[in-house]
Amino acid sequence: MLALISNDRPRSIVLSILFVGILIGLAGAPFLFPGSRSLETAARIAVFIVLVASYDLMLGYSGIVSFAHTMFFGIGAYGVAIAAHALPPGFLTVTVGALGGIALSAVLAVVIGLLSLRVRAIFFAMITLAIASAFAVLVSQLSSMTGGEDGLNYAIPHALTPAFKLIDGRVFGIRLDGKVMNYYLVFTVSLALFLIMLRIVNSPFGSVLKAIRENDFRAEAIGYRVVIYRTAVTSISAAIAAAAGALYAVWLRYVGPDTALSMEIMIDVLLMVVIGGMGTMYGAVIGATVFVLAQNYLQALMGTVAGALSGVPILPNLFNPDRWLLWLGLLFVLSVYFFPTGVVGRLRRDD
Amino acid sequence: MATALAPEHKPKIENATAGERLSRHMPILIILVLALLGLLAIGSPVTWLTLTVAGLAMGMMIFIMASGLTIVFGLMDVINFGHGAFISVGAFVGVSVLALMASLTHSSALAANLLAVGVAVLAAMAATAIMGYVFERFIILPVYGQHLKQILTTMGGLIIVEQLIYVFWGPNQLYAPKPEALRGAIVIAGAAIEKYRLLAVVVGLILFAAMSYVMAKTRVGLMVRAGVENPEMVEALGYRIKRLFVLVFMAGSALAGLGGVMWGLYQEVITAEIGSQVMIMVFIVVIIGGLGSVGGCFAGALMVGLLANYTAFLAPKLALVSNIALMVAILMWRPMGMYPVVKAK
Repeated sequence: MLALISNDRPRSIVLSILFVGILIGLAGAPFLFPGSRSLETAARIAVFIVLVASYDLMLGYSGIVSFAHTMFFGIGAYGVAIAAHALPPGFLTVTVGALGGIALSAVLAVVIGLLSLRVRAIFFAMITLAIASAFAVLVSQLSSMTGGEDGLNYAIPHALTPAFKLIDGRVFGIRLDGKVMNYYLVFTVSLALFLIMLRIVNSPFGSVLKAIRENDFRAEAIGYRVVIYRTAVTSISAAIAAAAGALYAVWLRYVGPDTALSMEIMIDVLLMVVIGGMGTMYGAVIGATVFVLAQNYLQALMGTVAGALSGVPILPNLFNPDRWLLWLGLLFVLSVYFFPTGVVGRLRRDD
Repeated sequence: MATALAPEHKPKIENATAGERLSRHMPILIILVLALLGLLAIGSPVTWLTLTVAGLAMGMMIFIMASGLTIVFGLMDVINFGHGAFISVGAFVGVSVLALMASLTHSSALAANLLAVGVAVLAAMAATAIMGYVFERFIILPVYGQHLKQILTTMGGLIIVEQLIYVFWGPNQLYAPKPEALRGAIVIAGAAIEKYRLLAVVVGLILFAAMSYVMAKTRVGLMVRAGVENPEMVEALGYRIKRLFVLVFMAGSALAGLGGVMWGLYQEVITAEIGSQVMIMVFIVVIIGGLGSVGGCFAGALMVGLLANYTAFLAPKLALVSNIALMVAILMWRPMGMYPVVKAK
């Protein structure tokens, strides 16, 4: 059991309870929280845990700031979408698309890394921002292939659609249709990817990354080629992000710039990493769960507040549900100052 | 005796080789070559002139927005990812002030129009300078010297400011009509050239000249240059570099505000994201120019502006990608940018 999580325990009773709770909640989501809306939320949480954890590989473990993470997520998603759009539906098609996207992401990350990680880490942040924006423009312009702003709808394997029945009748009052199968595909792959990442950060390779993060000059002096390690982690992280994108594409049966490429997703991911806790894989779990739940819950709360303040000038605008990013932005800046280790670091210290 | 003290060999003063001298002016040559290649590719000199002026105008506006960012980085090693927020705020304040002076903007007299634009620019610069002060105190000061946190907090600041723009100006985009006399085009040598673009070129040139003068001839400029090279030494000599930095940060923010007004009137439609959208080009410019170098920033901005306009005409779909290609090519040639700023650390 401990080998499964690479001996990297949560190291706090509260955290352990939270993680077991989240794991049970996600594993039993179709049965515990029936309804298509809550299943959507659970799948979104699972995919975002992988996406955020893969971002944390770079940001938290290696000290590299990238703004191209959604680009890799999008490449994975568009890989599946373009393959499913062009080829007959089936698991082979999805696999080909996903693997194509993952390979392209990994190679692209190596190229960007070798070009910009040589000089200074700060270059990387700016260059990835520029490249990711150019990529988003490119995708919206190559509309014959990507569907442009409208995105792509496509067929996924029959066994994953609601029309498919695994068995007749119900289990615990739930019909085991293809949607549930699809959810378990997302859940299983996400869990596997998460455990792989946990393995990576606790390997000797992970230790070198942390050494580089703390003092790159010293790591180089000890004999580790910093550029190679940084490029390698960027590439691994990009490949996993693409895998998460492919999963999300299979789940949604639709890919468009808003769901897979927009800068908003990048900002969401940043917020999730920082709020959850940089430099711990478990932070990604907490960050993604809290954030996705808040996205649904906080906006409703703000709507109520705005309604109550409707007579006052300006103030209702401040609490308009569309302005929820304002409050998250404030939370983000404050947590960088006061809780740089996020929820996870906070809970561990108190333990 | 006096002759014995002199060295026996003749002092040898080496002149820079032709190659070295050429390499120093390479960026200017590249701009000229780029313009020439553009002429060859486009064919028609009239179209080329229109595009070149458009490219120069765009380059000048990007330079105005980028110069603040690059000096701030050079002086204090602070890269402000929230710079785009100042551009947006500048555009919104400027356009709102301009809308208040309808009588001046609707008159067809150039002087009245320029006065209105001038007032709007001053208002925008004042607003963004004050905002720069607040930003520096609350977003940047707590994380000096920590690059990673700086990127995160300035990004957070950008989100907050963009959302605040929505709070105060509402969620809809704003129309920014140009003043009467600055609309339309004049014909020079058969080429139609938009008047507003000429104004942008003039403003950019004045700013570049003023900036070069301040940096080269004034005491503040001397301190900034010294600070870029070795901040500890400047502090050791008794100057409060942090106070200087706050002033430079405010000046940089004000320049972003000026750029924001110019860019907003150029685009004619402004949204809260106008700043973060144009920041992509600003980043490309400061990277290829060499972080911290004003001259590099100017040369880079002109290159990006020209290339963007030529490719927009020749192959519209490649316009943004062409700038990325330019950046990649320049970084392969000079990994620290065209004019690398060497720190004496």
